[in-house]
Amino acid sequence: MTDFIALDPDITPAPGKGEPVLEVRNLSVDFGVDKKWVPAAIGLNYEVHAGEVLAIVGESGSGKSASSMALLGLLPSNSRVTGSVKLAGKELLGVNEANIRAVRGKDVAVIFQEPMTALNPVYTVGAQIVETVRLHSEVSPEEAKQRALRMLELVELPDPEKAFRSYPHQLSGGQRQRAMIAQSLSCDPKLLIADEPTTALDVTVQAEILDLMRNLRNKLDSAIVLITHDMGVVADLADRIAVMRRGLIVESGTAAEIFHNPQHEYTQALLAAVPHLGQGGADSVAEVDVTAALAAATHADIESVPEEELVRRERANAAALAAAETAKPEGEPVLELTNVAIDYPKQGRVPAFRAVEGANLVIYPGQVVGLVGESGSGKTTIGRAAVGLLPVAAGTMKVVGQDISGAKRNGRQLHEMRRYVGMVFQDPSSSLNPRLPIGESIGEPMFLAREAKGAGLQKRIEELLDQVELPRDYRNRYPHELSGGQKQRVGIARALSLKPKLMVADEPTSALDVSVQAKVLDLFQNLQKELGFACLFVTHDLAVVDVLADRICVMQRGRIVEQGTRDQILRNPQELYTQRLLAAVPLPDPDKQRERRELRAQLLSGAS
Amino acid sequence: MSTYILRRFLQLIPVFLGATLLVYFLVFSLPGDPIVALFGDKPVNEAVAAKLRVQYHLDQPFWMQYLFYLQSIFTFDLGQDFSGRPIATVLGEVFPVTARLAIMALIFEGVFGIVFGLIAGLRKGKFFDATVLVASLIVIGIPIFVLGFLLQFTIGVQLGWAKPTVSSAATVQDLILPAIVLGLGSFAYVLRLTRTSVIENMNADYVRTATAKGLSRFRVVRVHILRNSLIPVITFLGADLGALMGGAIVTEGIFNIPGVGNRLYRAVLSGEGPTVVSIVTVLVLIYCLSNLLVDLLYAWLDPRIRYDN
Repeated sequence: MTDFIALDPDITPAPGKGEPVLEVRNLSVDFGVDKKWVPAAIGLNYEVHAGEVLAIVGESGSGKSASSMALLGLLPSNSRVTGSVKLAGKELLGVNEANIRAVRGKDVAVIFQEPMTALNPVYTVGAQIVETVRLHSEVSPEEAKQRALRMLELVELPDPEKAFRSYPHQLSGGQRQRAMIAQSLSCDPKLLIADEPTTALDVTVQAEILDLMRNLRNKLDSAIVLITHDMGVVADLADRIAVMRRGLIVESGTAAEIFHNPQHEYTQALLAAVPHLGQGGADSVAEVDVTAALAAATHADIESVPEEELVRRERANAAALAAAETAKPEGEPVLELTNVAIDYPKQGRVPAFRAVEGANLVIYPGQVVGLVGESGSGKTTIGRAAVGLLPVAAGTMKVVGQDISGAKRNGRQLHEMRRYVGMVFQDPSSSLNPRLPIGESIGEPMFLAREAKGAGLQKRIEELLDQVELPRDYRNRYPHELSGGQKQRVGIARALSLKPKLMVADEPTSALDVSVQAKVLDLFQNLQKELGFACLFVTHDLAVVDVLADRICVMQRGRIVEQGTRDQILRNPQELYTQRLLAAVPLPDPDKQRERRELRAQLLSGAS
Repeated sequence: MSTYILRRFLQLIPVFLGATLLVYFLVFSLPGDPIVALFGDKPVNEAVAAKLRVQYHLDQPFWMQYLFYLQSIFTFDLGQDFSGRPIATVLGEVFPVTARLAIMALIFEGVFGIVFGLIAGLRKGKFFDATVLVASLIVIGIPIFVLGFLLQFTIGVQLGWAKPTVSSAATVQDLILPAIVLGLGSFAYVLRLTRTSVIENMNADYVRTATAKGLSRFRVVRVHILRNSLIPVITFLGADLGALMGGAIVTEGIFNIPGVGNRLYRAVLSGEGPTVVSIVTVLVLIYCLSNLLVDLLYAWLDPRIRYDN
């Protein structure tokens, strides 16, 4: 894959020539809810040509998925689809079941978001691909198997034979998505619909899958409809973009037009809301040219950037790093880990599992430390141990001055300590009790800690609602009456209720849409400035850390591989893993992303 | 896998010892003197009674009685019941009858429960689904002896479609009606379990993938939905086999079937310790083995479950 990119770094999209593969005219989708038609998509018009990637971008509820599933009649039975969908000139809407079945999987294939659940867990990957092949072509089982193996090879699975025999759960997330892509390509589709194909994947795996898709697009000359909420993914892959909001396409155009000259205010707002690695926080932290930083750290040349310019950018970067003042830490550390190891205790016959080893980390009052890593790196484990939810197996962990390494589970010491620590959880929907009004959820920690009761408690609850910018009369509402962003505000208010010295935030915005995420992060940042709590911010998203954190710790496989100030990590990453992680984050800008991609290819080829 | 099976068999040993000890103790603690009961209305002949007590070790303390019993098991001599017939012979007579009954009930509840549950699940919210749901609730709500007498009276006596009682041979034909009665309660559970499971799987992502591949509705249901939906159902059916064997007492009573339940009931009444313990021990073993079978089936149906280490 790297060879391919080195050969042809500048992929110019083939402009739409001749008849489009897919032509959508006046497509509307409605869902019947409580005997009323609720529109999900209204009068959509677009077309896709062979070898072209059209990205349909929007936030949840914009109708991007529903309208795309409607192309193949994959919507539930309470839906109504009108308009016209033509595939190579042939109408798809309103044809009978047998005819649409012949199109599904053969002419139009779909890649779904969750590779774990999108493949049937009880059949081998090979069996599922063979099923598709034999359904659409008259071949013997042996021929079908050979075809499946060729497909698995095409998607660059290291051992196609083994993948063929594997069940989905035996493959990693990225491998599963490759298998899914192999299945969808097995009948040479004219059109590929990719519904959030990389959303469930880690950032380095995402970059690999994006490389693969770009590679395949050029090899196979299929048309691709890419549905995503991620502007970085769009910048990486799309030739043309349609921006959707509340069922309407508000703007469409080439990738360059949309990114460099967005016309509609929603597009502008959406682009502004995307956290952009290197962009820094709300106040005037200088923007970091991560590409130049990586180029300098790895001594790479980038073909698409003139050498003088690269040198200039690298110099500017080095100067900024030298100029960046490192704030002297003050006061007693709020959280201090010395050579900490954390085990998941053994359960039945499952032996104990060491999730974190040799972790050293200090957080001073008022400091925000971002803990970044991919899934399974142990970042959440450290967060959970910091509030005493997991025992420390070795080393010492001091929280707010107390050594809790040997503390008894559910003992008095942990109980005392938790008074000074607040926690915000990842999923705002499941971390609030659905049967408690949110006012009670917010007030519960204060009540339990006997901090306040009666009128005093009510007053504090109102203050907290003010702080997280929710109306006071929301206190009697139940969680299901609130939106995701509002629920997460409640989660923050609850974590703040005891005026904690340390806040542990575990991926608090990863379940939110970008525009909502931007607002919640903004609020969080303001509260942190105002109240001055220290924060351990756990996330997989480097761009989010960049907005918030003073210091960044990078974790890989249970170890902290690199830590430093934001500038040190972003401007001068030393560890190979940090470099690879930074290089894998797609930039919401097609030109910058092209540079980044080239750099990443060099980084990977240099490593191997 | 083989180490797993071996381990499961080793686990049977403590289960076996525990079950026999517990049941033996319960029978031992029953009030009344079984030897006196043997004489019925006749005056007790003390000499004969003393001889019988020695023969059945009833003069020994509890622990000795239990050890004598264990010894008899391991020498494959289960002793005799109070009418002087070898217990092994008695077991050989009653277990095949009840096994036949239980397996017929299992087939009935499995086949009909899964078929009805599948159809109801696929037509969620429609007329068939609603009807079947209400009917299954009624079946679950009515105690088995009421259902038993009701069916015996209507189908057996009034309509004459089946014999109201079972002959001593207890042929398959004789047992159809009792098997339906015995399996009716579990049938309702299997139906509901299948229905819930099908509804859950219908909305699964992989079913959408299967549809997007272009598979026909029939193939999506048969290949992709059914197998995934059967996993919890199979677990229930396996555990139910043991329950049906031991739980046939009422059904056997109603239809006068010469099976385990009937014999066990009589043995409990007359305080025949060894007979009760032998029957219960075999039931416990059947229960354990059917559970093992379920776990193996489970691994076969769902490749995510593996029992190595």
